Amino acid sequence: MFNLERWQEIFDTIRKNKLRTFLTGLSVASGIFILVILLAMGQGMQNGVSKEFENDAANRISVWAGVTSVEYKGLNPGRRIEMDNRDYEMAVKKNEDKLEYKSGVYSIWGGLTTYKNESGSYRIEGVRSDYQFLENETLVAGRYINQADLETFEKVAVIGNQVYLDLFKGKNALGEYVDITGIKFKVVGIYTDPGGEREETRIFIPLTTSQRVYNAGDKLRSLAFTLKDHKTYKEALAASEAFSAQLEADLKTAHSIAPNDLRAIHVNNSLENTKRFYDLNKMIRLFFWGVGICTIIAGIVGVSNIMLIIVKERTKEIGIRKAIGAQPWSIIGMILHESIFVTTMAGFIGLLLSLFLIQFAGPLIETSFISNPSVDFSVAITTVFILIIAGAVAGFFPAYRAANIKPIEALRDE
Amino acid sequence: MIEIKDLHKSYHMGKNSLHVLKGINFTVSEGEMVSIMGSSGSGKSTLLNILGILDEADEGTYNLDGTLIKNLNEKVAAQYRNRFLGFIFQSFNLINYKSALENVALPLYYQGEKRNIRTEKAMHYLEKVGLAQWATHLPNELSGGQKQRVAIARALASDPKVLLADEPTGALDTKTSYEVMELIQGINDEGKTILIVTHEEDIANMTKRIVNLRDGLIIDDSKVDQVRAKIAANV
Repeated sequence: MFNLERWQEIFDTIRKNKLRTFLTGLSVASGIFILVILLAMGQGMQNGVSKEFENDAANRISVWAGVTSVEYKGLNPGRRIEMDNRDYEMAVKKNEDKLEYKSGVYSIWGGLTTYKNESGSYRIEGVRSDYQFLENETLVAGRYINQADLETFEKVAVIGNQVYLDLFKGKNALGEYVDITGIKFKVVGIYTDPGGEREETRIFIPLTTSQRVYNAGDKLRSLAFTLKDHKTYKEALAASEAFSAQLEADLKTAHSIAPNDLRAIHVNNSLENTKRFYDLNKMIRLFFWGVGICTIIAGIVGVSNIMLIIVKERTKEIGIRKAIGAQPWSIIGMILHESIFVTTMAGFIGLLLSLFLIQFAGPLIETSFISNPSVDFSVAITTVFILIIAGAVAGFFPAYRAANIKPIEALRDE
Repeated sequence: MIEIKDLHKSYHMGKNSLHVLKGINFTVSEGEMVSIMGSSGSGKSTLLNILGILDEADEGTYNLDGTLIKNLNEKVAAQYRNRFLGFIFQSFNLINYKSALENVALPLYYQGEKRNIRTEKAMHYLEKVGLAQWATHLPNELSGGQKQRVAIARALASDPKVLLADEPTGALDTKTSYEVMELIQGINDEGKTILIVTHEEDIANMTKRIVNLRDGLIIDDSKVDQVRAKIAANV
């Protein structure tokens, strides 16, 4: 391997057989290139799909009330159910040790909001301090609703990034007062949400304040919870399903709703949705691995073919070399050395090109289903080595045969 | 230099077996220039292949410069070929992607010589065959006669004991043939042992001894008066 004379001989051969070298290299480089791009797109699709599921906490459980559809205990169907603070307190009290984040929500749609000459209609939600995490929000500036706000009915507001851009046009908003449905609120924070614009056109105020200023008493529009983490996804899913079922049953009892009424209480369990998402992700991953492995096999077959042809083409040369004193192993070594060198160089060129493409073109792809395509570097390197080894093995057998045929037979080969 | 006793060789093609050499006895001493003649199928190429350790006899003994050539593995055979023998082929057998100089230097590569020594020696032999100014040309840029001269330089490069030529003028016109023969005679004059397989009478007459082969047996082995190629060319 470190024989300088051998290297010189190989560089000579490569330099003087540019087309052959180019074709071998092209097949290896394009194989690696396609494979890496494929894997990156697969990863990009996974990222894209994950992003779609990122707006809210992945294990969020939400509860809304609706209208009864089944007659129960002498009560007519069509009765509107409204949840209140007691429902929330009951749920919290009963599951204190299981809950991670919790909040009741009182919201109104289309709250006209004005700041100086700018105005817009946004959803106004009265929430508790945990709600930031239930919505998977990140603060850009300022702070979120806190416990003190709730206790003292502060008129403070946390506005979405889009609201901020609409009303403040990028100027300072913290400490400014906005007019929400005719009442002045002080802006204390700006948040951003991975769900994007739709999720950022909302304004959060303390729950207690909202109940008071909109004359809601102790009514709640919805409840939101997350459960504490479990070791495995399976356990988490089981716990979350049990919690949802229990909560639904409790609420039905409290509001005299028939247990088989599907309309009165809605419990939405994100974790069940995530299961679908995980399944989808698994399918995507399997698909791209399948395609990737097929690509590698195609690459191996391609490299093997080329090696066979090269050895065939060089049979006469091998005969000549043997006649003037080349030993069999020096011939096998020469062919393998050359093929390994060419496939290695080509493999890494293909790898580099594809990584460059991903690096520079990747961020430009921003459809909703592909985001930030990237590739596991070790996987890419491994495939390069698999191709190199395949090329060497594929080259070895014909080289071995060629090196062992009698020189006269090789010389007769025209 | 070469000593052959009772050499037999058969080829097997499926069920048919072809007995090509049927007991050849033959000696060549150092400095001789011998031509082996015979019609096609007489076994002359087979004999040359065995002499060149490119093929192996079924029976009989072959001594080359005091070394018994028998049951060699490929590695040792390659070493002997490299050390003892220089080949000249009818179809030149130059490596077509290597320049004249690199072709001549190749046997030295397999002898393990350093690159600068290889180039130096190869250049020396190219000068000897009168092609020094063609050193960087590829074989397909050379005429047939020039290619054969390069092949002769390559055969000489490893400084072999014996030069084996298989129809060295078979692909050349008469004038060029004589020029090549003149070169080969010059090499013989310097003391190199040379064996030439040919079926051309005039070429054979330029050697010092003619061995006639028919149907796998030597029917005639006699010394001749060497015709100098230089003189023949001017007739």
